[in-house]
Amino acid sequence: MLNKYPMWKYVLLGFIVLVTLLYAAPNLYGEDPAIQISATRGAKVENATLEKVETLLSQANIIPKSTTLENGQILIRLTSSEDQLVARETIGDQLGEGFVSALNLAPATPAWLEAIGGAPLKLGLDLRGGVHFLMEVDMDEAVAKAQEQMVQDFRSELREQKIRFRGIRKANTETGVILRFKDEAILDRAVAHLKPINPGFLFSDKEVNNEFVLTVSMTDEKLKATKDDALQQNLSILRNRVNELGVAEPLVQRQGSDRIVVELPGVQDTARAKEILGATATLEFHPVDSTTDISDALAGRLPSSSVVYKERNGRPVVVKKKIILTGNHIVDAQSSMDEYGRPQVSISLDSKGGSKMSRFTKDNIGKPMATLFIEYLPTGKKKANGKAEIAKREEIANVATIQAQLGRSFRITGLDNAAEAHNLALLLRAGALIAPIQIVEERTIGPSLGKANIDNGVKAMVYGMLAVVIFMFIYYRKFGAVANTALIFNIVMIVGLMSMIPGATLTLPGIAGIVLTVGMAVDANVLIFERIREEIKAGKSIQRAINEGYSNAFSTIADANITTLITAMILFAVGTGPIKGFAVTLMIGIATSMFTSIFGTRAIVNALWGGRNDIKKLSI
Amino acid sequence: MFELFKGTSPIRFMKYSKPATWLSMLLIIGSIASLSINWINWGLDFTGGTLIEVGFEQPAVLPDVRDTLAEANFPGAIVQHFGSSQEVMIRIAPKDGVKGVVIGTQVLEALQAAEYGNVDMRRIEFVGPNVGEELAEDGGLAIIIALICIMIYVSARFEWRLAAGAVLALAHDIIITLGVFSVFQLEFDLTVLAALLAVVGYSLNDTIVVFDRIRENFRLMTTATPDEVVDQSITQTLNRTMITSGTTIFVLVSLFVVGGALIHGFSTALLIGIFVGTYSSIYVASSLAVNLGVNREHMIPEVIEKEGADQDALM
Repeated sequence: MLNKYPMWKYVLLGFIVLVTLLYAAPNLYGEDPAIQISATRGAKVENATLEKVETLLSQANIIPKSTTLENGQILIRLTSSEDQLVARETIGDQLGEGFVSALNLAPATPAWLEAIGGAPLKLGLDLRGGVHFLMEVDMDEAVAKAQEQMVQDFRSELREQKIRFRGIRKANTETGVILRFKDEAILDRAVAHLKPINPGFLFSDKEVNNEFVLTVSMTDEKLKATKDDALQQNLSILRNRVNELGVAEPLVQRQGSDRIVVELPGVQDTARAKEILGATATLEFHPVDSTTDISDALAGRLPSSSVVYKERNGRPVVVKKKIILTGNHIVDAQSSMDEYGRPQVSISLDSKGGSKMSRFTKDNIGKPMATLFIEYLPTGKKKANGKAEIAKREEIANVATIQAQLGRSFRITGLDNAAEAHNLALLLRAGALIAPIQIVEERTIGPSLGKANIDNGVKAMVYGMLAVVIFMFIYYRKFGAVANTALIFNIVMIVGLMSMIPGATLTLPGIAGIVLTVGMAVDANVLIFERIREEIKAGKSIQRAINEGYSNAFSTIADANITTLITAMILFAVGTGPIKGFAVTLMIGIATSMFTSIFGTRAIVNALWGGRNDIKKLSI
Repeated sequence: MFELFKGTSPIRFMKYSKPATWLSMLLIIGSIASLSINWINWGLDFTGGTLIEVGFEQPAVLPDVRDTLAEANFPGAIVQHFGSSQEVMIRIAPKDGVKGVVIGTQVLEALQAAEYGNVDMRRIEFVGPNVGEELAEDGGLAIIIALICIMIYVSARFEWRLAAGAVLALAHDIIITLGVFSVFQLEFDLTVLAALLAVVGYSLNDTIVVFDRIRENFRLMTTATPDEVVDQSITQTLNRTMITSGTTIFVLVSLFVVGGALIHGFSTALLIGIFVGTYSSIYVASSLAVNLGVNREHMIPEVIEKEGADQDALM
């Protein structure tokens, strides 16, 4: 029979309706004001911490909705934002150092919805307030440093082999080094020696003015790897620092080949955020002072040449003030496993660092050496002259025993686990800080504007939709009502899908995209309904008119939507941030509106009018 | 049945295609002239610089704010109301030797130190000059790529004459929308760029609906001239064109009125684009295709053509 859908189509439709409704549902529950506590250095969030927090709260007469310990973080849900502020102050003051507490809004999604992966829409910074930074790694500087490194390395490698050269300098090409030799035989020896130990470089020679010139330049892969390293390093340093800011749900992400996006929701004090992100870090190797007793040292009885630092776990170590080596001599540090499967960190130094290390370790075999990590972090206070007060924070990253005379590359072994090795390697690399970064874009949205943006967006959507719904009902009567049902469900579907997709965030242009979809989504139905009217005018029977109206309009609808999809995809590929958000909602909107306005309305139309012979006139 | 147009006899759209062409030419020349004289009032996203939006407790007196800023060593600041008299937007051009990142904080501190009562920070934006240039390049590139992709798709689905008509109509829409932004010196920011691409999508939507009908009618109306076919097709789709443009304009007006000042540029661009796009899908796209000599043979699948032209009457 014409215009009858088989049962399975209704089951499928019902299933899709149910699933998207379910995933859109978390948006109805709102959010609880909450506090998130996480550990930084020298501390760990444990059950004991949780108990302490609970005691602190009850002392302050605050009754939390719930407290949970999950993934090394404590989440305290509170009933009001006043409680939230008091609780944060109390906890911040009394929980002690090593913990960071952040104000947060925790979705009040019921447990059963959360169990199936339900979560409310993720809001972009323009809707929730916060800071967005775009930071650029100075790649020229990174490459220049790598070039400088090459000059130093080649010079010392050739000297070690007693291969005489007339000169060595950076090439103008920015990626190469030029060496000059007296005759071809020496040049050949130099190439024979340098080539095998320096993979990733191109060697080319020529004769100029009776001199033999060797040009060594980075291969494109090597150059790319150098830049990539510079970016990765900055990325991991920024991640560490952002964690210290105590921001709930921060984002640190690579963008393109030389940029990093940092998003800090809820942060208003951009000056402090900027200072912390831009803080510098260095690394120093010190000899350990084994002659002084730790308890004496802690009591203040220690020689003037020594000083006490703490390890990350709080254990004190007495070290000599003498610096064996600073971190800017570190070229690379990688964590790996040794032949027995034990974690280790392999370090390479530059030639100057290598000879310093070699000189020191020659006479100190069997003695311990400490790695000190130093960060210069702003305290958030201002000095009398208006400059930001900087606090120097030192921490022993590792103590290792010198097993042999060390050179340019050596290993630190005896680490507890692979994670520790990984962290140490990261710190060592951070100490080398290859390339400086600078902020090239900053967007700060105040909390009031964020809220106003949501309100305005929702208001625009409601009014726009009301106008469309009323018009459709007046113009197409019952069929208009069917289209309206599809339209409303279309919105629910967009919200449900966007809540489901992990990467999708709702931004202000995104809301505009949804509003635009509302206006354009009825287009498919208008096309179909106009076609049905035409078929009726052409004298076709009601059932045939409905059937042909749908089938004739289909290819037009598909063509029109595919072309819009093309533009949305280009927008997605080119745009960033809020514009990407617009493209995402537009794409999702096109897909859902096709589904609801063709399949959805057809199902309803078929159920109401399909196959009936008793209809004289359609309400269209 | 409630109808906008009864559509019993086709409206003679093509009769007016000459004056319409002149109108379009005039608008395009005007737009290009304005673009070459005034260029575009590029927003912060493209020029780089610093923008600070603040909320005052009382309506702000702009000259006072300017004076305060001049004292704080920002003499060239552009100060204007944004959305309401209590909200003020300040724009400062990139300066040599001054780190753009710190300007926002300095301006905010200067305003808070002056006697305006409580000054609420709404937003601070800083865009480095290079970032802006890249955005402008990427944006232009996006529009060109979009047009090429569409040209390919429409050529594959329809015919090259129609594709050329469609793409020229899109270029027409973009140029005129840009022209309006140039004449009134409306600020062109990233959301406007997004809106322009949405206009491309929308206007194309309209054009394709008409083209679909033209293709269908060329097969049905075996004796009609191309002009008659186009007239008939536009008339048949006129109700749909008007209704969809109408509902889209409803939501855009709603977005413009209550959506907040941040989204004004977006809704303005789309509103202009939809007016122009609706007109262009009727006149520019179709009449261009007719002028390029589109006719029945182009619309009939080749297999059928070989079997005889009378076959299509049976379809």
